[in-house]
Amino acid sequence: MAVKTETMILNMGPQHPSTHGVLRLEVQLEGELITDVKPHIGYLHRCFEKHAEAATYPQVVPYTDRMDYLASMYNNFGYVVAVERLMGIEVPERVEYIRVIMGELQRIASHLVALGTYGVDIGAFTPFLYCFRDREHILDLFEMTCGARLLYNYMWVGGLSHDIPPDFVRKTKEFITYFRPKIKELNDLLSFNKIFIDRTANIGILPLETAINYGVTGPMLRASGLPFDIRKEDPYSIYDRFDFDIPYGQGLMGTVGDSWDRYWVRVQEMEQSLRIIEQAIDQIPDGDVKAAIPRRVKPPKGTVYSRVENPKGELGYFIISDGSVNPFRIKVRGPSFVNLQVLPELCKGYLVADIIAILGSTDIVLGEVDR
Amino acid sequence: MKTPEEIFEILKNKFGDAVVEIDTETPVDKIITVDAKKVHEIGKFLRDDPEMKFDALMSLSGVDDANGEKVTNEEDGTFEYKGGTLSVYYHLHSIKLKHKVTLKVSVPREEPEVESVESVWKTANWHEREAYDMFGIKFLHHPNLERILMPYDWPGGYPLRKDYKNPEYYHGMKIHF
Repeated sequence: MAVKTETMILNMGPQHPSTHGVLRLEVQLEGELITDVKPHIGYLHRCFEKHAEAATYPQVVPYTDRMDYLASMYNNFGYVVAVERLMGIEVPERVEYIRVIMGELQRIASHLVALGTYGVDIGAFTPFLYCFRDREHILDLFEMTCGARLLYNYMWVGGLSHDIPPDFVRKTKEFITYFRPKIKELNDLLSFNKIFIDRTANIGILPLETAINYGVTGPMLRASGLPFDIRKEDPYSIYDRFDFDIPYGQGLMGTVGDSWDRYWVRVQEMEQSLRIIEQAIDQIPDGDVKAAIPRRVKPPKGTVYSRVENPKGELGYFIISDGSVNPFRIKVRGPSFVNLQVLPELCKGYLVADIIAILGSTDIVLGEVDR
Repeated sequence: MKTPEEIFEILKNKFGDAVVEIDTETPVDKIITVDAKKVHEIGKFLRDDPEMKFDALMSLSGVDDANGEKVTNEEDGTFEYKGGTLSVYYHLHSIKLKHKVTLKVSVPREEPEVESVESVWKTANWHEREAYDMFGIKFLHHPNLERILMPYDWPGGYPLRKDYKNPEYYHGMKIHF
């Protein structure tokens, strides 16, 4: 039994390299043991929801880019799906296929950042560079399609801003052949590295019951042992046409729901995303990607809650329309916001150095937490 | 798996007047309106009942209905609402039974008090703080109801209300916009 020492309050952040943004953690310590963590957020608060009320529906799309800036494509995706559902727009097949391909490429890119920076947090610098090198290929594909590398404004209500360029299909196929072996390389470098496993296995265990009660979604929920994916459970777009598995945590290196499981689920998801892209890339039908874009986006009076499986979890848009061209209210249910809330539960009882390992494994983007 | 209409019938039989109505005119979601003081009890029933099992709260959103009387200040053109309601929407989902339902409570703008559902779904903790921060809706029996996105001591009211006016100064600093 350790001697009880005086409680110490340690402030981590807002400027701390491993907080992945401007997040302040007020940590309560007994010696090196964490007794409580209190996240303070809001440093990046721009009140997106207020801006959205002054903009028209198409004008909101660029704002969604800036929430989860590592998965901009998918934020666009979620928003346009919600508005289309509210208006009852059928988008052309070609648009659906391109959206799915872009979305899955974005998922790989987002996971690469998560995995790479997680390595840096733990002290492995090389995998970070490798991950960013591979992400660069995806950004090149996005750039040749819509000109932007980070904030795309690519998916519009009813269609897309640009059609894919002629050699997009060839280059995407090249990327798939290039990237498959790189996952194995990442596994050899980091995933099964003894030091990495020691730092992450059995650390920050999230039991399934807690995860569901806290509304945790995405790779974090799946790592706790539940194969729950909105792409399968509540299909949107054309995800029901593709064959893919839902990786979930099995406690390979320790306990189900530990930090290593969360990491590993993401690695496996990249493989599944490649499978989806492979199936979709050969089936893209011909058509006009702008055919279904309405001249005036003016949804009927009503409300919609629509959710998609963002790389980080459930991204929900709750839109109230009063029948005018401006949304009456848009509420974003961001996965990072909800997943961050469970952090105190994860950290209690671990050592102060584990906070970094735990926080990294939750993969949050503060742009979306604060909106 | 149950439709919102079936859920409404069950709730109506169980809770009587606390369950007000179901709105089926909206194009996509059907919304069940319930009493703000009973939402905690209803939530607990929805979570634990073997036929409901709404184990996950997907989202909780505050809304300013802006349906009161609009009073315009002649001098500077600003306006504010007198009367009317603020609302909270609860989007529930059952992972086990795969059905969804939306609850709604409406409270008067001058005295917006809603029973907290934090003890039913922990998700609600930060969401309710956000609704408090943005709309000034008070959640009774919330363990830690303070501002979350705005500064803790923000003097200027609740930003997402339709009649929000930016304060001129914050701690003596001029706010330029």
